[in-house]
Amino acid sequence: MQRSTMDLWVGVFVAAGLAAMLFLALKVGNLASANLSESYLVKARFDNIGGLKVRAPVKSAGVVVGRVQNIDFDAERYQAVVALEVDKRYQFPRDTFATILTSGLLGEQYVGLEAGGDTEVLKAGEDIKKTQSAVVLEKLISQFMFNQAASGEKKEK
Amino acid sequence: MDGEVTTESLVEISDLTFGYDGRRTVLSGINLNIPRGKLVAIMGGSGCGKTTLLRLIGGQVRPSQGYVKVAGRVVHELDAEALYRMRRKMGMLFQFGALFTDLSVFENVAFQMREHTGLPEELIHDLVLMKLHAVGLRGAHALMPSELSGGMARRVALARAIALDPMLIMYDEPFAGLDPISLGVIGQLIRQLNDALGASSIVVTHDVHESLQIVDYIYFISEGRVIAEGTPAEIRDSSDPWVHQFVWAEVNGPVPFHYPGSAYREQLMERSGA
Amino acid sequence: MLDSVTGMLRDLGRHVIGRIARLGFAARFFLGVLWGSGTAWRRFQLTIREVFFSGIHSLIIILVSGLFVGMVLGLQGYDTLQRYGSSEALGVLVALSLVRELGPVVAGLLFASRAGSAITAEIGLMKATEQLTAMEMMAVDPVARVVAPRFWGGVISMPLLAAMFSAIGVFGGYLVGVVLIGVDEGAFWSQMQAAVDFRLDIVNGIIKSVIFGVAVSLIAVFEGYDAPPTAEGVSGATTRTVVTSSLAILALDFVLTAFMFRGL
Repeated sequence: MQRSTMDLWVGVFVAAGLAAMLFLALKVGNLASANLSESYLVKARFDNIGGLKVRAPVKSAGVVVGRVQNIDFDAERYQAVVALEVDKRYQFPRDTFATILTSGLLGEQYVGLEAGGDTEVLKAGEDIKKTQSAVVLEKLISQFMFNQAASGEKKEK
Repeated sequence: MDGEVTTESLVEISDLTFGYDGRRTVLSGINLNIPRGKLVAIMGGSGCGKTTLLRLIGGQVRPSQGYVKVAGRVVHELDAEALYRMRRKMGMLFQFGALFTDLSVFENVAFQMREHTGLPEELIHDLVLMKLHAVGLRGAHALMPSELSGGMARRVALARAIALDPMLIMYDEPFAGLDPISLGVIGQLIRQLNDALGASSIVVTHDVHESLQIVDYIYFISEGRVIAEGTPAEIRDSSDPWVHQFVWAEVNGPVPFHYPGSAYREQLMERSGA
Repeated sequence: MLDSVTGMLRDLGRHVIGRIARLGFAARFFLGVLWGSGTAWRRFQLTIREVFFSGIHSLIIILVSGLFVGMVLGLQGYDTLQRYGSSEALGVLVALSLVRELGPVVAGLLFASRAGSAITAEIGLMKATEQLTAMEMMAVDPVARVVAPRFWGGVISMPLLAAMFSAIGVFGGYLVGVVLIGVDEGAFWSQMQAAVDFRLDIVNGIIKSVIFGVAVSLIAVFEGYDAPPTAEGVSGATTRTVVTSSLAILALDFVLTAFMFRGL
C-alpha cells in the first residue's frame, strides 16, 4: 500500500474517532450545557440532605443553574455542608433560599434555589443562610399517621 | 593437515565453550581463525552447533568459557552500543533468508540504509538497485517476499546482507533446499561478493561438494569439537575416517547409521516375551 | 500415597513459580517497550502504519457490532421501561450502558480478537522465520523497531474504536427507539443529556478504553515476542492472546468500575 493512501486512511480513522468522542461529549453528555461556562462556589448547610449526591443538579425555577460540587459533614454543628457550583451568568440575592427537593415522588434529589429580595448578591465562598432540609419520606408518613390518629381521637370525644 | 594461518585474522576463536541453560554442551573448546579476505567453511552434521557458532560470533549468545574476537575485540565484553556498532559491519544470510515479509524486495535491501544512515532518498535508490543488480534481481525490486522462489529469496537476502558493505559476511546454510542451478548461482555469488567487497566470509554448511569448490579453508566440527581442518585439496585427500565418511557421504563409518540402543536381538526378544 | 501428595504439591509449586516468572518477564518486557518507544514516536510513520493495521482493520467489526448492540439495547430497554411507563428514559439507558460499560468492554474484546491476535501472529511469525534475529544482527533493536510501534498503534486505536462503538451504538438505540418504536425524540435526547455526565461517565469511559488498549496491546506483543518459534507455538500464542486479554479486560473493568463509580 502506498504511504500516502495509508496516511489518508489513518487520518480519516483518527478524525472519525475524535468526532465520535465529540458526539458523545456534546450530544450524549452534558458538556455543552454545563461545563463550558465559568462558575462560582457557594456553601449551604442543611440539617439533613437525604439522598443528595455529588454532581446533582442545582435548579432555580426549574432551570439547571449549577451542580453540587462537594458534600461534607460539619462535626461541630452536626450539619451537612454542601458546596454548590453555580454558573457565573446567574447572580442570586444574599437571602436566597436553598431547598433539597425531589424530582417526582421517588426520583433523584436536587437543590432548588429560590431568590429573595436582597439588593446585594451572593459572592463566591459565601454561605446561603436560609435552607430547608430534604423531606424524608418515612418522617412524612409517620407524621401523617400520627395526625390521622390524633384527629380520630378528637372525633370520638 | 595443520594449515598455518599467517595473515592477520579477522575472527579469532579461542577455547570456546557453550551450552544452553548450562546443561547441554553444544560447543566445547573450539579454536579457529578466519583470516581477512578469506572464505572459510565450517562443516558438520546437522545439529552439531554450527549455527550456534555464528550466533556467538554475532554476540547474540554469551559463551560459557573462552572468547570470540572480531577485529581484535572480544565480542561478549562489548556493551550494547558497541555491539550494535560492530554488527553494522557484519552481514548475515539466514538459513531461509529471513526477509521481512511486510516489506518489498527494495525496502528489504534498503532497510539497513534507512535505519543506520541518513542518506538521501535518491542515493538509497541507486545503492539498492546496485546491490540487487549484483545478485541479478534488479528487475524484481517491486515484488513482495511471498512472490519469490526459494532461490530468489536467498539472493535478495544476500543483497540485504551486503547492503552496508560489511567486513564480515556470515552464511547460515546458504545451500539448504535449493535446486542445483540456484545452488551454483549462490555459490558463485558468495565467492564473487567476498572478493569484490574485500570482505571475509564464513559459510556454515553441510553441502560438501559446493563448498569444496569455492572456499579457501575448511573446518570440520563434530560433537562440539573441531576434528579436522584444511584447504579443499587437503580435505579431499584426507585419510581421516570421519572426514572421508562426510565427504563421500558414506552411510556407515565413525558416525553410525543406528541410533545407540540395546542390542537388536535382545529388544526383539523383550517385545515378544512381553 | 505421600509420594503422590508431594508430587502434586511440587507440580503446583512449579506451576505457580512458572506463572510468576512469566509475569515478571512480562513486566520487564513492558518497561523495555516503553524504553524503546523513542523510535516509535520519532519515526511516527512506523506507528501510523500500525494504527492502520490494528485500527482500520477492526473498524468494520466494531461499527457493525456497535450498531447491533445499540439496537438490541433499544429493543430490550424499551420492553422493560414501558412496563413502568418511563419509556422516555430509553435514551438514558442506552447511553449509560454504552458509554460506561459496553463501549469500552465490547470494543476491547473485539479489538483483542481482531487486532490483538493479528499482532501476536505477525510478531510470532517474524520470530519463527528468524526475521527478528536478522534485525538484531543488523544492529536494529526489534523491540524498538517492531514491537513498540505495534504497541502504540494499539494504544492509539483502542479509545477511538471504543468511542465509535459507543457513538454508533447510541445511534442504533435511537434508530430502534425513536424511528422504529416511536419514543419521543426530544425526551430521548434531553433525558440522555441530563443524565449522562461528561466527567463522570464519558471521561471515565475513555479512561477505561485507554487502559484496555494498553492491556490488550501489551498482551498481544508480549505473547508474539515470547511465542515458541514454531507453527504450533505461534498458533498457541494467538489463542492465549485472545483468552488472556479477554480475561484481563473483564477483571480490569471490575476494578476500574469499583474505583470510578463507587460513590453512586
